[in-house]
Amino acid sequence: MGNPMTEQTQAPEAQPSSPGPASGKPDIIRVEGMHKWYGDFHVLKNLNLNVQQGERIVICGPSGSGKSTFIRCINRLEEHQKGKIIVDDVELTDDVRQIDSVRKEVGMVFQHFNLFPHLTVLENCCLSPIWVRKTPRKEAEASAMEYLERVRIPEQADKYPGQLSGGQQQRVAIARALCMKPKIMLFDEPTSALDPEMIKEVLDVMIELAGSGMTMLCVTHEMGFAKTVADRVIFMDGGEIVEGAPPREFFTNPREARTQKFLEQILQH
Amino acid sequence: MTESEVQRPKKALAPVKWIRSNLFSSWYNTLLTVVIGYLVLTSIAPLMNWLFLEATFTGAEPSDCAGEGACWLFINQRLNFFIYGFYPDDLQWRVDAMFILLAVAFVPQFIEGFPARKWLGIFGLTGLPVIGFFMIPGGLFGLEPVESSKWGGLMLTLILAYIGIIASLPIGTLLALGRRSEMPVIRGLSVVFIEVWRAVPLITVLFMASVMLPLFLPEGMSFEKLARALIGITLWQSAYMAEVIRGGLQAIPRGQYEAASALGLGYWKKMGLVILPQALTMVIPGIVNTFISLFKDTTLVLIIGLFDILGTVQSTVTDPAWQNVAVEGYVFVAFCFWVFCFGISRYSQNLERKLDTGHKT
Repeated sequence: MGNPMTEQTQAPEAQPSSPGPASGKPDIIRVEGMHKWYGDFHVLKNLNLNVQQGERIVICGPSGSGKSTFIRCINRLEEHQKGKIIVDDVELTDDVRQIDSVRKEVGMVFQHFNLFPHLTVLENCCLSPIWVRKTPRKEAEASAMEYLERVRIPEQADKYPGQLSGGQQQRVAIARALCMKPKIMLFDEPTSALDPEMIKEVLDVMIELAGSGMTMLCVTHEMGFAKTVADRVIFMDGGEIVEGAPPREFFTNPREARTQKFLEQILQH
Repeated sequence: MTESEVQRPKKALAPVKWIRSNLFSSWYNTLLTVVIGYLVLTSIAPLMNWLFLEATFTGAEPSDCAGEGACWLFINQRLNFFIYGFYPDDLQWRVDAMFILLAVAFVPQFIEGFPARKWLGIFGLTGLPVIGFFMIPGGLFGLEPVESSKWGGLMLTLILAYIGIIASLPIGTLLALGRRSEMPVIRGLSVVFIEVWRAVPLITVLFMASVMLPLFLPEGMSFEKLARALIGITLWQSAYMAEVIRGGLQAIPRGQYEAASALGLGYWKKMGLVILPQALTMVIPGIVNTFISLFKDTTLVLIIGLFDILGTVQSTVTDPAWQNVAVEGYVFVAFCFWVFCFGISRYSQNLERKLDTGHKT
């Protein structure tokens, strides 16, 4: 199955489930032998992943492969039953204080935006800085406006989410997560619920963010995005990490048959 | 004709056309219209006569009520009793002051753009009951004490309903959260509390509070009958409120809980800042429905010998000095209840409009 035309075939013989280029930067996320069950159903099987600070990772895979569940475990929206998840030197356990301290440092963007409909755009952005970080209101608002400018939507600050388009709402959701000044950003299929003409405006914001050195984990089907910004693309299937590689290698020379099949299906258009 | 000249077809029908198409579209519709029209017209005239035209409004004694119409003189003469019960005449200014504060807090809620409207509303829900707690019973700050057995009439009805309403909302909220809690003990206790209180008629609760509770309390410990009734009403009402609010909590999408958690908000902040504001707004109609029904249910305190507005009227219409004034008395009570309940209903509609941020997609 190896393609003799490329040179990357002799990638280090690490386990396919614990990919990670070796370099000097510290690991900000460490997932070790992690398992998760829904009742008797084994959704995530022996996941291992190290993410370095500033690394941009795209997770892809067929639906039901557990990729969303996986990134939701990283801020403990889902509980894992076995193995370890260590985020920014804090291990995720049942301890609520540890969970809260991890959540402060991890921003999340959801498929369905999940903005708070009873608050204006600005209030959505300021809520957590004011109540969790205890930032003074004035300061929080000024900082929120900066982020809203960064996602190119400052003029909508006083509107309610219900008055915005899907693309605008998702950009607000990104700004809201950034207002907490997180060290890591998780994206759970951020463009899947958007109309085609709005996908680009959201991806542009994400590309800009990737350029700023943010650590990003992104579950997405946008392979163009993966090619442009990802340091590593991870392919999941059946609750396992099948393989992970830099995008060029991943797209041109996938090692596993399952990955090849998946890429054939999504790239044929 | 160019495209820009195309006009939307007119929708409004002329009144004549409306009448023809809705009231006289066929022979039996015409017949119905005529018959019903006749009945309405023939009953309105006597009603107006009784209520206003031939009614007696002023006078000095029962015999002045000689006309065919209603004897409003009766209400007029006993109004003091209907409003204050046995509250001493020279101390009624304290009750009046509370009525005025109540009006100051809530009347502006109906006036769009009234300054500090929100703060007046908050005062009505927090400061007002505190002031009332000192003003009505007295005994502190040099105010002469007035036993609760002397309270009565509209004032008592308002006290019962007001305290029942503002205490049951927070207790009901806590119970609703408790019932959805992940902690089994808290959930279990909430379920038991709600299911026990909700399954008992208010009359039974009031009887228990006034007759049985003193039997269980240790020797020498007792509270006033009114306080016991209030506690009973509040707890009973809280159980209802809890279920209304739980309905709202369940309607909030899971994504809202997750987004709040992902932003690092702990349980109380998540509930207080994100979930409850949405859930409570959503169930305003249900909450108000419960309030209105409580307001009317307070008349049941008559059973345990408290004289609310219905009680004062009921005891007066049997006064031998006045003949046949029962109808006037009950119409008056009904009117008072209607004014307050309609007010609550209008206020809730205002609130719903104000809190609508267009998120129902």
